[in-house]
Amino acid sequence: MSIMTEEQARAILTKVVALSKADECTAQLSGSIDGNIRFALNNVSTSGIVSNTDLAVQVAFGKRVGTATINQFDDASLARVVQRAEDLAKLAPENPEFVPAVAKQTYRPTNTFSQATAAITPEYRAKVAADSITACKAEKLVAAGFLQDGQSFVAFANSNGNFGYQRATGLDYTCTVRTEDGRGSGWVGRNLQDSTSFSAGTDVRTGMRKAAASADARALEPGKYTVILEPAAAAGLVGFMINFFGAREADEGRSFLSKKGGGNKIGEQVYDPRVNMWVDPWDASVPVLPWDGEGLPRQRQDVIKDGKVVNLDYSRFWAQKQGKTAVGSPGNLIMGGGTKSTADLIRGTEKGILVTRTWYIRMVDPQTVLLTGLTRDGTFYIENGQIKYPIKNFRFNESPVIMLNNIDELGKPVRVKADEGDFIMMLPPMKLRDFTFTSLSDAV
Amino acid sequence: MLRREFLTASGLALGGGLLPGFMGRAIAAQELDSTIDVAVKRRLADAALNASKSAGATYCDVRVGRYLRQFVVTREAMVQNVVNTESTGVGIRVIADGAWGFAATNDMTESAVAAAARQATAIAKANAKTQTAPVKLAPTPGVGEVSWRTPIVKNAMQVPVKDKVDLLLGVNAAALAAGANFVNSILFVVNEQKYFASTDGSYIDQDVHRIWAPLTVTAIDKATGKFRTREGLSAPMGLGFEYLDGRAKDKFTSPNGVVNYGMSYDMREDAIAAAKQAQAKLKAPSVKPGRYDLVLDPSHTWLTIHESVGHPLELDRVLGYEANYAGTSFATLDKQKARFQYGSDKVTITADKVEPGTLGAVGYDDEGVKTKKWPLIADGKLVDYQAIRDQAHILGKTASDGCCYADHWSSVQFQRMANVSLQPGKAKQSVADMIGGVENGIYIVGDGSFSIDQQRYNAQFGGQLFYEIKNGKIGQQIEDVAYQIRTPEFWNACVSVCDASDFRYGGSFFDGKGQPSQVSAVSHGSSTARFNGINVINTARSLG
Repeated sequence: MSIMTEEQARAILTKVVALSKADECTAQLSGSIDGNIRFALNNVSTSGIVSNTDLAVQVAFGKRVGTATINQFDDASLARVVQRAEDLAKLAPENPEFVPAVAKQTYRPTNTFSQATAAITPEYRAKVAADSITACKAEKLVAAGFLQDGQSFVAFANSNGNFGYQRATGLDYTCTVRTEDGRGSGWVGRNLQDSTSFSAGTDVRTGMRKAAASADARALEPGKYTVILEPAAAAGLVGFMINFFGAREADEGRSFLSKKGGGNKIGEQVYDPRVNMWVDPWDASVPVLPWDGEGLPRQRQDVIKDGKVVNLDYSRFWAQKQGKTAVGSPGNLIMGGGTKSTADLIRGTEKGILVTRTWYIRMVDPQTVLLTGLTRDGTFYIENGQIKYPIKNFRFNESPVIMLNNIDELGKPVRVKADEGDFIMMLPPMKLRDFTFTSLSDAV
Repeated sequence: MLRREFLTASGLALGGGLLPGFMGRAIAAQELDSTIDVAVKRRLADAALNASKSAGATYCDVRVGRYLRQFVVTREAMVQNVVNTESTGVGIRVIADGAWGFAATNDMTESAVAAAARQATAIAKANAKTQTAPVKLAPTPGVGEVSWRTPIVKNAMQVPVKDKVDLLLGVNAAALAAGANFVNSILFVVNEQKYFASTDGSYIDQDVHRIWAPLTVTAIDKATGKFRTREGLSAPMGLGFEYLDGRAKDKFTSPNGVVNYGMSYDMREDAIAAAKQAQAKLKAPSVKPGRYDLVLDPSHTWLTIHESVGHPLELDRVLGYEANYAGTSFATLDKQKARFQYGSDKVTITADKVEPGTLGAVGYDDEGVKTKKWPLIADGKLVDYQAIRDQAHILGKTASDGCCYADHWSSVQFQRMANVSLQPGKAKQSVADMIGGVENGIYIVGDGSFSIDQQRYNAQFGGQLFYEIKNGKIGQQIEDVAYQIRTPEFWNACVSVCDASDFRYGGSFFDGKGQPSQVSAVSHGSSTARFNGINVINTARSLG
């Protein structure tokens, strides 16, 4: 019973909420079926399917909160999980920042489910691996990759009469392609909600081309360069920065969005005026659930408008304290851009560096969001609008805030997901001035 | 790679209420102090072993696991969350027709476990069709019925939540009184109750305990908008609640009065120091970039060892199995054959799964191999890797190194990093002696920012506390320091290591590897060590 229908879920949740004697009760059912296949050295290494369904019950007596979970749904189990949550709540310390369960809401559904993705079979996964491996083997290249797909549902109800139910699907494919002698490496990644348009056999060609073209890399001196970050390369930096858009940290004076003398930078010009970022659960390319983890409705909301910070992320407690209206925490991020592809941007570049992918990005200084990380799997020198030769990988030390003040041109946004992090994003390829590379890496 | 998001997930997402699924079901604290009857575990294991053999498996191992975690999360005068979780189930791995198969179930009945064993065998047979070479397992003698327990003094699971809350809120109050603007402190307690059985004739019952008490102090200057943090100098350890006793003999005071910790930790004392040092950071001058001799405290060095030695010497990375995620390794097999000069002759680095108090210490690994200690780098030369049963033959070894681990009963065990430690210098040398010989250097305490490339050549590390060293004396506190290395040059620049009296451990609770990703906990020990002529950059920037 990993994926329940709305009726099945509602029946269980209604029972649970009715069973609770606490001041308030929120119950959430979530279930998923996730499949994966992993391959390396042109062989399948592991594959599996994991199914799970969980019921989480959170109750509150005054400001004392307790949570319990269970994966059985008969009447006795439901009574047990409610009892356990109530027992835990009675023992819990008071939470001075307690905020009551959300009131009854009306959610406008988002298009997060694809029948094609939900129908993926073990045979489909085996074919994805085989298509990747066969293409690489034929050109004496070595494939290592991972396909992960899944379908899920989430349903919740609370003692205020609120209820939500929706299904979702997702697919994430990555493949690292290396030359047999280990001197060249390429990569391709694809993140989709609907698998209909996915073809590993086609996508892997991108990784293969980059692997073959990146052998015999030359060393350039570290320094400041004009770069073209492919959307996957930009995702690591932008995705990292957006984690620090919390209003509380800014108001408390411990964020790059804190203002000298107190307060936050809402309304200030922090970025180049061409930078526009927003969140929108209904966006056709990156749809996400219409509510956040607490059941608060998500909204379309500008985050950066013409380079000015216009909204920060307020928790319900912090919004209440600051006299703001809390909206659902976002699940996606969309950045505006132009119409040009990465290839178009390359054609318009006199001298520069193309970065396929960024890697192992970590915070160096939260005061300026200075990040360090490396280029990987296809770094090339561009001259007179053409890729001239592969270059050795660089370590960068760069702040996305500074980077987004050094824009030459933005291309057409595409759907990407960072290596680490849950945000699904629409990001453009970016042509940027004065990107700071601080040392060379011998890694291929 | 170390998981950067975990603290965020545990501190904030849980603060919101509902639990992420991987942590297991939430239970009452008193349930943390119980175990499953060994006889029940043996019956379940035998059901799996018999079912897999009947289905045609030539090898089978069974892990009956109960994984308990407790998190107490606080900030300032507030408890943000107390969470207890439990996850129980059985993971079964088999070899059939020369291929691996795996299946897991949380249904703790003999019939369900037998069914999972048959499923694992069917998966193995299916996998065999595309396998190019059969699995070769290094022999491991059966050990019969044995047990092992982390040698703890006080079981942290038995300490009342109220005592833990009182400790953390006391720590926070002390930090605030000492000048902190904000303070977050957390207590993580882990207990893995693992029962392993295999067709080799082993029935191994283990009770593994770990503890971690991280804290972060923040100091802000509202007028300038500047803020700085100082993380705690504790280490996650394979110890019980006694780790928080803060015994005087476990304190290591540096020549300039910075207190570091060994096998126990004084959290309150460290929080007070952190508050003062965070305030000092706001006013500390910025480093002048250039080449310096670095004197690295063990509270810092553990992370450099982890990234630049521990990971590149994992055999699966060397062979290419992690190419799409964690990466490969510069330390290729030909380098081992040639006894590659990984570091200077002062650098001897060992792997172990046995040292008491470490995160990696267990009696037997997750494929029933008795654990041991072995050299990776001897007098600077690369001599060995970390390998498990199905990899040993690749190195011409006749036995596994005993470093196989799964983070959950439902995860497939695979090669994970052992404790990897820099051995102390043989000659008597204190930290003061070492610093006395440095003309132009920086003394670094605590771990900070970290990043390394996918073959483990180029790395960059920050820290918590930085002090100038001029003409043999520690000078003022400085800021904005990070150093960049190329792994072999860095380790060859190691000119001395303090003696064993300074040896201490650091470690990671959440080292990530594999797809789907699994975490493991690992310790790294060292004495204070000196590295000459290392490239230091200045990390200060201006946002205008």
